Amino acid sequence: MGKIVAVTGNEACALALRQINPDVCAAYPITPATDLMQRFSGYVNDGKVDTELILVESEHSAMSACIGAAAAGGRVATATSSQGLALMWEMLYIAAGTRLPIVMPLVNRALSAPLNIHGDHSDGMGARDTGWIQLYSENAQEAYDNTIMAFRIAEHLDVRLPIMVCMDGFIVSHSIERVEYVDDADVKNFVGKFEAVHPLLDLENPKSYGPLILTDLYHEYKRAQHEVMTKVPAVIETVSAEFAKMTGREYNLFEKYRLEDAEIAIVVMSSAAGTTKDIIDQYREKGVKIGLLKPRMFRPFPFTEIAEALKHVKAIAVLDRADSFGGMGPLYSEIAACVMQMDSKPAVTNKIFGLGGRDYLPDQAEYVIDELIEIAKSGKVKTVKEYIGVRE
Amino acid sequence: MSKKFWEELPQGSVVLEAGSSAKFKTGSWRSMRPRWIEENCIQCMFCWMYCPDMSVKVTEEGKRADFDFEYCKGCGICALECPGKKGNKAIVMEGEGN
Amino acid sequence: MTTKPLRLKELAKGEDRFAHGHRMCAGCGAPIVVKQVLMATDYPIIASNATGCLEVSSCIQQFTAWKIPWIHSAFENAAATISGVETMYRSLVKQGKIEEQNVKFVSFAGDGGTYDIGFQSLSGAMERGHDMMYICYDNGAYMNTGIQRSSATPFGANTTTCPAGDAIPGKLQHRKDLTRIMAAHGIPYVAQASPANWMDLMKKVQKAFEIKGPKFLNVIAPCNRGWRTKTDDAITLAKIAFETCYWPLFEIENGVTKITSKPKEKKPLVDFLKPQGRFKHMFAPENEWMLVQAQEYVDAQWERLLKDEAAG
Repeated sequence: MGKIVAVTGNEACALALRQINPDVCAAYPITPATDLMQRFSGYVNDGKVDTELILVESEHSAMSACIGAAAAGGRVATATSSQGLALMWEMLYIAAGTRLPIVMPLVNRALSAPLNIHGDHSDGMGARDTGWIQLYSENAQEAYDNTIMAFRIAEHLDVRLPIMVCMDGFIVSHSIERVEYVDDADVKNFVGKFEAVHPLLDLENPKSYGPLILTDLYHEYKRAQHEVMTKVPAVIETVSAEFAKMTGREYNLFEKYRLEDAEIAIVVMSSAAGTTKDIIDQYREKGVKIGLLKPRMFRPFPFTEIAEALKHVKAIAVLDRADSFGGMGPLYSEIAACVMQMDSKPAVTNKIFGLGGRDYLPDQAEYVIDELIEIAKSGKVKTVKEYIGVRE
Repeated sequence: MSKKFWEELPQGSVVLEAGSSAKFKTGSWRSMRPRWIEENCIQCMFCWMYCPDMSVKVTEEGKRADFDFEYCKGCGICALECPGKKGNKAIVMEGEGN
Repeated sequence: MTTKPLRLKELAKGEDRFAHGHRMCAGCGAPIVVKQVLMATDYPIIASNATGCLEVSSCIQQFTAWKIPWIHSAFENAAATISGVETMYRSLVKQGKIEEQNVKFVSFAGDGGTYDIGFQSLSGAMERGHDMMYICYDNGAYMNTGIQRSSATPFGANTTTCPAGDAIPGKLQHRKDLTRIMAAHGIPYVAQASPANWMDLMKKVQKAFEIKGPKFLNVIAPCNRGWRTKTDDAITLAKIAFETCYWPLFEIENGVTKITSKPKEKKPLVDFLKPQGRFKHMFAPENEWMLVQAQEYVDAQWERLLKDEAAG
């Protein structure tokens, strides 16, 4: 068993990066991810890692340098949040389209305007179509574990895609929690050696990265990219199973909590799942058959598996910590697509919560569950999309 | 030009064959054609140095040979920069197909 | 490695590291710049390329003109991208994962990707001190997207976004003096060169490759489409740019300015402007002030350069 410590999410992820010892990290500070790369910089300057740091002048350059470094042929990581991810946006697509296995902890934070530094999923959701794999973490332990697994997943020869390891800004990144570390040697052994594919540094075989591809082939390239995404779930399952063998900590594409016999269910990601589980326990004591589904892998989205897991419930509330203004919450849209695959069509509502770090409190979960009980009885949804925890 | 299926594409659209543009012949772009007049050539190699299309052939001894019409786009830089011999150009531009 | 002798007959025996079959326009100045840069040395070179004419025309589908490892990722980040490649090289060499092979790292970008959208990335990479050479092929506008104004567009020029109209006669601002701005970064080597003066250009490239750290080379690259000239005059116009002191050839090595070649006689700027359609409107009687202003600017820049050189 590894060492048990009380650390923040950022601290745990920084330690994971130290244990993994990437060849190059390029980063630009942004709250709340700053603290992560700051701690990692300490490891670099204390000679605890071999990593070369590139302290760039913007997140756009951070991702550009990561792309150059990854294409060169080595292990690469960075971290960011919010506006930083938004500034990288263009380069995110290029990293994925070029099939570069860059690992990036994303400390989820709201997007301006108005300016806000606290946690919500607007940043990650805005990047959902970029071709990156996205894993969402509930707490510091998951963020740490996911970071270690992320390298194996991204670098898997069937995958070779960049990956974001998401955790909620401040709520997880800055809260001190109990975390069980894996021993350095075990992490090193688990992650293994980096295997370069088409390295630019291979001078004997010069390659050109980034050609112009027009109408006659672009569509085919995107089809190929889609195909790669379909291989990701199996790789995540294999890597997670191996990780479980090493640590005893089990991970799947999503977590099910008291869902087996549930009649109603809440779907929510990241830290809010913890609060929700507590309230579910209280309702279970009162005899309410409620369960939870917490997606871990948001990209690719496990439609079939989630449809299977939810097919027996009568009503579902999908809690989104991000909004698509004028549309539905992004998680809701995915769950609605799952429901379309079911013979039974449970009622689904969408609650927008916790934007800009607004606390997700027990009474919000209670409100949602009480409504779900009513919907399960009547089969009727009054309001499909609703903001909760809002002053009105 | 081969029309590939999506299953056959190189990972990440990386081009694996260096200098493969040589398979793309740009000579058909030409509307004007340079003509090399060897007797006026002083082997200054300016045409070779200034050719944007690497279309002046060079012998093993480093001497100028004829144009590479598979790639020459007929821009005429070589003719304009040619100092010639005693006022007589060693390269002249002529209409393609004349 | 001993510096390669710059004799044309010897150079001509070498293999081009930039292949024919690229799709730059007939008579384009940019590929001449690229081939001269790559020819100047036998060191292994890895290049990044900003989106632009050179990039879209040199690597299309499975056809690449590059015989060296080459990477294009986006428009504004050639410097950041190569800084990543260079850093990975240093990291892997340091860790003993690959062998040191004296690799030289180069970025190619047009003036749009350098003076404007890529300026921040360039400035950052220079400040960080990467061992790299950034080469701007300056054709004085966004030629790839169809001749739009850039901050490198000379005063008076007619472009598609600052057309010579009835109310506004072309571009009314002078060029950004990027070469001096790069020198202000305090990097060890900054130079301005021209493909017409190939020996001067190649010497600068050779010198730069022997210097550790960030280097910047600004090279004039005539564009017959954007300059509204003929397909055969790229080299001739680059020569006139030098002779009129519109494009002086100089270097700033560790802060010391040296004009590497001076015209025997400084020619009037109209010699450079007249053959180019983009300046045609400046020769209308009512726009004579534009010719005066353009000349004054070039004169002032040249005087300042002479002063810098004298200051040592």
